[in-house]
Amino acid sequence: MPDLSQVFDVLVVGGGNAALCAAISARKLGATVVVAEHAPKSMRGGNSRHTRNLRALHPGPTDVLTEKYLEEEYWDDLLRVTKGKTDEHLARTCIRASQHAPGFLKECGVVFQPSLSGTLSLSRTNAFFLGGGKALVNALYRTAERLGVLILYDTEVQHLEVEDGFFKEAIVSYRGFPHRIRAKSVVASAGGFQANRAWMREYWGDAADNFQIRGTPYAQGTVLKDMLAGGVQQVGDPTQFHAVCNDARSPMEDGGLAMRLDCTPFSIVVNKNVERFYDEGEDTWPKRYAIWGRLIAQQPDQRAFAITDSKAVMNYLPSVFPPMRANSIRELAGMFGLDADKLEKVVADYNAAVQPGTFNGQELDGCRTQGLEPPKSNWARKIDTPPFIGHPMMPGITFTFLGVKVSDKARVIMADGKPAANIFASGEIMAGNILGQGYLAGFGMTIGTVFGRLAGEEAARNVRN
Amino acid sequence: MSATESEATQEARRYLEVCNACRYCEGYCAVFPAMTLRREFSTGDMQHLANLCHSCKGCYHSCQYAPPHAFGINLPSSFASIRNESYEQYAWPPALGSVFKRNGTIVSLVAALGIALALILTAAIQDPGVLYGAHAGPGAFYKVIPWWLMVTLAGGSLGFSVLALTVGAVRYWRGTGSKPGPVMAPAAEATVDILTLRNLGGGGHGCNDTDEGFSTHRRWSHQALMYGFLLCFASTSVATIYDHFLHLEAPYAFLSIPVQLGTWGGALMLLGVIGLTWVKLVTDPVPVAKHLAGGEFALLALLFLVSATGLLLLAIRHTGAMGVLLAIHLGLVLALFITLPYSKMVHGLYRGLALYRAAREKRTMVAAAAD
Repeated sequence: MPDLSQVFDVLVVGGGNAALCAAISARKLGATVVVAEHAPKSMRGGNSRHTRNLRALHPGPTDVLTEKYLEEEYWDDLLRVTKGKTDEHLARTCIRASQHAPGFLKECGVVFQPSLSGTLSLSRTNAFFLGGGKALVNALYRTAERLGVLILYDTEVQHLEVEDGFFKEAIVSYRGFPHRIRAKSVVASAGGFQANRAWMREYWGDAADNFQIRGTPYAQGTVLKDMLAGGVQQVGDPTQFHAVCNDARSPMEDGGLAMRLDCTPFSIVVNKNVERFYDEGEDTWPKRYAIWGRLIAQQPDQRAFAITDSKAVMNYLPSVFPPMRANSIRELAGMFGLDADKLEKVVADYNAAVQPGTFNGQELDGCRTQGLEPPKSNWARKIDTPPFIGHPMMPGITFTFLGVKVSDKARVIMADGKPAANIFASGEIMAGNILGQGYLAGFGMTIGTVFGRLAGEEAARNVRN
Repeated sequence: MSATESEATQEARRYLEVCNACRYCEGYCAVFPAMTLRREFSTGDMQHLANLCHSCKGCYHSCQYAPPHAFGINLPSSFASIRNESYEQYAWPPALGSVFKRNGTIVSLVAALGIALALILTAAIQDPGVLYGAHAGPGAFYKVIPWWLMVTLAGGSLGFSVLALTVGAVRYWRGTGSKPGPVMAPAAEATVDILTLRNLGGGGHGCNDTDEGFSTHRRWSHQALMYGFLLCFASTSVATIYDHFLHLEAPYAFLSIPVQLGTWGGALMLLGVIGLTWVKLVTDPVPVAKHLAGGEFALLALLFLVSATGLLLLAIRHTGAMGVLLAIHLGLVLALFITLPYSKMVHGLYRGLALYRAAREKRTMVAAAAD
């Protein structure tokens, strides 16, 4: 039983990448640090367990990144996906510091992959963790423990006692027993609220019941809600989230990346009323995969069905659960409980609209439809070669955008605009400062690492002053 | 996918369907690049991938779907079971395949019988005065155990084992559905993989030998054991040349080539056995196949005894204890030779073939996912 009666220098709430980067950074400056992780050891690490890479600025090729990726390009990429919903100063702070993020993680024992053959062709902009996020989480915990950080698993922080922007103590449930943890500073790195279905229902109603939560079920938003209620300034649209199209048969929680379906560009996608609703071939999949979750969330019953044929099977990554296979469109419709006449007509209309062209699954090939609404702008091939293939789809929610406002030193800003005395935040709980909407692959881990380090260092310095 | 497929094979196939959509482990070892060449996994494919697995456990400790996640993915454990089933299936003569069901007992029994046989034969053939006497000079060993007996037993058992291994290799190669392809380049690549144990390198930082931290204990221990074994084999080969062609009879001087090779080889084997045993004892018990531990420990014990008695023999070969110890040592060597195709030792053969096949497929097959 660890001594919880002591006054720690820094309490870190959460147990993912952002939390561990904060804990390690604070400890390196000599602070006594305790980490309160809600999950048990086997499920530790929050959504970081499911991640794979981080996006890093680099002026030239490194051992893990190719070519170069400079501030302006990075900023342009961010601007494009957020459509301006970002804080330029914070964003540029993060982008500049991202150059040193891989080095910091390497010092913490994280191993990066030399290069990548894999899924999204991101080896220029993103550094990949060998073995993925869980390997990163393992390395960070080992480093934290080696440095003398106290790790408490199965420890849910239920309330932060804050008075006039000054944190005093945390009310926690430690292995089911109530405790108080006193600390001179607190770093909130407890993630978003996407796994809190009741909270999601406030904005999405019954549709929220059909959202699959891709990541940790521990993202309940307890600390986020508590801080916002306690006078911390809010950022981000509470109704916004990052979502992809998942296999409809996935577990409702913690299914992770492998549940994602990549078949969309090589299929047509209909909703349960057998209507197409968006251009499946609008752009390359790495640039479009993140909008499809939301598109499906807006369809009736949050359901969609990708329809393709045997020609396309090798063009996308295999799905974990085998697709439906049928010798006719009618039979496929029956498997999905869709109106068969309607589906036959949708496929026939689509086939009739497909223009001749040379298919190339690797790039925008211009194989498109003519006179179809919505159009399919690339990779449009006739669906005519049995067996016909169908993938059932549902939205998979990655994270929410609602967060707490922070300064460029990761210090939390109170509702009255004043900085908090000893409260800091890092990771998804404050990502909404920079990501107002949209997403850049690997940017969540960048924000977590950069602001985790900042929060940990500032929290430790705060104690010293 | 036959109806008689084992539970481990079906379970591992379920894992691979998740792995093939996840692919976070692609940087770890040869299994994952081989996996991405496929969309569907036949029984033979599963055996191939299982034999390609070196049990480094990197994929288990980094798996976002490892137990207690509902998917419960644990490839190292299932692959170990499938490997053992493949040893059983492809053993020759087929009736002897069942020795892999209770391999710990069988290997221990053979070792005990080997010692007993050597002692009984020696005692039956030799006068007690000879057996317990101190002997020196060329031919000292043959005074205790006649040359013809040594050659008959060692040559006979080793010859049979080599035959059984060869037939087993052919059966495995055909049974797992290997397809034709280039020979030289894949063979060279597989040889380098074996000699360097590249797949136990984890890209330089090592494997998850005992827990989620990285180490190279297992790689170095296995290298010590493997090269020690090869040195001992070289020692025996050189001694055979000395005896047959140069007509120089054992025992040889301490600084002679056979004794030097054998001494260093034996010492390396001891180091390797101790290292591997230690890793096996302290490792995380989840990503292993516990029911196979008996056979693994029995083989490690046999290798330990072979090298320890060999070294001890060198130390006391001038005394009256030499006779009995020589019999014990040769009995253990006999047991090792006999169990080559019927113990964990056989993993080297199938691992080698799997590495060769993987190196070949890399050149002949195209990755299933275009992106």
